[in-house]
Amino acid sequence: MRLDQMYQEVILDHYKNPHGKGLVEPFDSQVHHVNPTCGDEITLRVKLSGAAGSQVVESVSFDSQGCSISQASASVLHDQVEGVSLDQAFLTLDEFSSLMKSATAEMTLDEELLGDAIAFEGVAQYPARIKCALLAWMAFKDAAVQATSAAQPAGDE
Amino acid sequence: MTEPTPLDVDRIRKDFPILSRTVRGGRPLVYLDSGATSQKPVQVLDAERHFYEHINAAVHRGAHQLAEEATDAYESARHTISAFVGGQPEDLVFTKNATESLNLVTYSFLNATLKAARGLELPEGGAHFVLEPGDEIVITEMEHHANLVPWQELCSKTGATLRWIPLTDDGRLNLSTLDTLINERTKCVSIVHQSNILGTINDVVLIGEHAARVKSLFVVDACQSIPHMPVDVGTLGADLVAWSGHKMLGPTGIGCLWGRSEVLAAMPPFISGGSMIRKVTMEGTTFADPPQRFEAGVPMTAQAVGLAAAADYLTDLGMANVAAHEHALTGYALDGLESIPGVRIIGPRNNVERGGAISFVVDGIHAHDVGQVLDDRGVAVRVGHHCAAPVCQRYGVTATVRASFGVYNGFDDVDSLVAAVKDAKQFFGVTD
Repeated sequence: MRLDQMYQEVILDHYKNPHGKGLVEPFDSQVHHVNPTCGDEITLRVKLSGAAGSQVVESVSFDSQGCSISQASASVLHDQVEGVSLDQAFLTLDEFSSLMKSATAEMTLDEELLGDAIAFEGVAQYPARIKCALLAWMAFKDAAVQATSAAQPAGDE
Repeated sequence: MTEPTPLDVDRIRKDFPILSRTVRGGRPLVYLDSGATSQKPVQVLDAERHFYEHINAAVHRGAHQLAEEATDAYESARHTISAFVGGQPEDLVFTKNATESLNLVTYSFLNATLKAARGLELPEGGAHFVLEPGDEIVITEMEHHANLVPWQELCSKTGATLRWIPLTDDGRLNLSTLDTLINERTKCVSIVHQSNILGTINDVVLIGEHAARVKSLFVVDACQSIPHMPVDVGTLGADLVAWSGHKMLGPTGIGCLWGRSEVLAAMPPFISGGSMIRKVTMEGTTFADPPQRFEAGVPMTAQAVGLAAAADYLTDLGMANVAAHEHALTGYALDGLESIPGVRIIGPRNNVERGGAISFVVDGIHAHDVGQVLDDRGVAVRVGHHCAAPVCQRYGVTATVRASFGVYNGFDDVDSLVAAVKDAKQFFGVTD
C-alpha cells in the first residue's frame, strides 16, 4: 500500500519522538518559515563554529507545529546536519532536495549522507506533501546562509 | 436510520462523469470537496461544447451572424442566472470569480476616493463610495480571505478602519455586538452568508437591517449559499451579492456580482478598457451603464453559457430540495463524526442554521495526515485553513479537515468518510 511507503515506521518514530526540538542558546541565526497552504510553521536556530571555509554546524534546534511529515523531517534534518561540516550539511541538503524530485528522475542517492532521510522517498510520490518535507530543510538553508554571512567581517567584499 | 431525501442521488450521479472514475489504485471516488469546487454535470459540459462548436464569436462587437448569436447566448445566460437568484439581468455583472466580484466592490470605493481627492466627477450617488479616515468597514471574524484581504487593503490605502463581528465559541456570530459595531461611521458592511469553514448560516436579513439603519452599504458573500439553498437577492436586504460559478456546478472562470440598480450605477469602474466605454477620445473617456461598465474586454462567454446550464440543472432539482438533501447529509455526518472519540467539530454542532461544510480535527493527528489517509481510501476532502486562517486562530487549531457536500453526495459517502477517519486513527495508533 502506498500509504505505508509514505508513512514509513522511521518517519512515524521521528514524528513521535523528535530530535532537536526545543530552541537552544546560543545561536548565530534564527529563522521562521511557514507553509502558507497548510499553516505549518517552524522556528529554527543554527550555531556554527570554526573558521570561515571550514565551519562546522555546531547546533540545529527548532520549535514547530505541523503534520507528521514536516515534524519528522525536521527531526531527521537535526540528526543529519548537526555536528558535520557546513559543506557536508549543504551536500546533504542538495541530496534531500534531489530525493524530493525523484518522482520524475532516475538517480542514485548517497544513502550515507541521507541517513534516515532516505525514508522520505515515498513522500516524493505525493506532490502536495513535498513542501511539508522540505519546510525544515529550507529553513535550515536560510538560517545557515544568514549565519555564514553574519560571520563575515563587515565590508569584506 | 436514514430517511429518504427529495433528491435521487443515483440518478444525479449519472450526470457527473467524473464520479465514475477511480483514484489511488482503483478506489471509487468519494468527492467531499464541493465547498472548494463542485463537479460539473454533462449538461454544463454539453452547453459549453455546443457554444464553441456552433456559436463562438466575440460578443457585443461585430455585425456577422455568429456575433449576433454569441451575444444572444451571453445575454440570455445573464437572464437565466439572474432569474435563478430572483434578480434582473441588467443588475448582474459577470466577473472572473467571486474574489474579483468582491475586489470590484473594494476598488469602486478606492477609485471613488481617489477621484474625489482630485475633484473628478463621480457617477450619481458615487459620494457614498468616498472614504475618509474615521470611516468604518464592518466584516466578520469568519470571512474567507476573499472578503477580508480586499477590505484590509482598502482600509490601508484610505485610512478607513476595519472592524469585525466576533465569533462565539460554538462557531456563530456574536450578534450582541451589532449595535456598537454598526454605527453612523459605518460605510460598508460585508459579510459571508454561509461560512466556508464553519458551515454557519448567518442571519443576513438582521445584519442588513442594522446596515440599512445607518445608511451603510451592505455586501453579501454568497459563494457557499447560492449553490446550496434557495437565495432570493431581493429579500436578503443586500445592496451587492457576490458568488462564483464553479461552486454551483458551473465552469471555472466566471463569477457574479448582483447589485441593486442604483448602487451599481453609483460605482465607478474597476477594470477599464474595451466594451465598458461610452465615448473615448485621446483626452478622456465616459463609461457605459452597468453591467457593461464592469465588463471590460471580451468576456467569458462559454463559461456564462455553461453557468446558465448549471442554474437550469439546479432549478430542475429544486433548490429547496437541494437544501433539504444536504441538511439531512449534514445531520447524518455530524452524528457519525461525533460518534468517533477524539473528533472535534469546529463550527456549530447543532444542525440548525448550518450548511453542509463540516470542519473537524482529530486529537493526536494533524489534519494533513488525516486527509492523507482519507485520500488513500478515495475520500477527497480539503485540509488546511480553508482561506480562513483567522477562524483557525480563533479556535486554536492550525488546520482542519473539511468535508463538504453537493447534490451528488449520498449517505454512503458519509459512511465512507466516517470509516476513513476511523482508519486514520488506527493507522496513526491513536487510542481512544
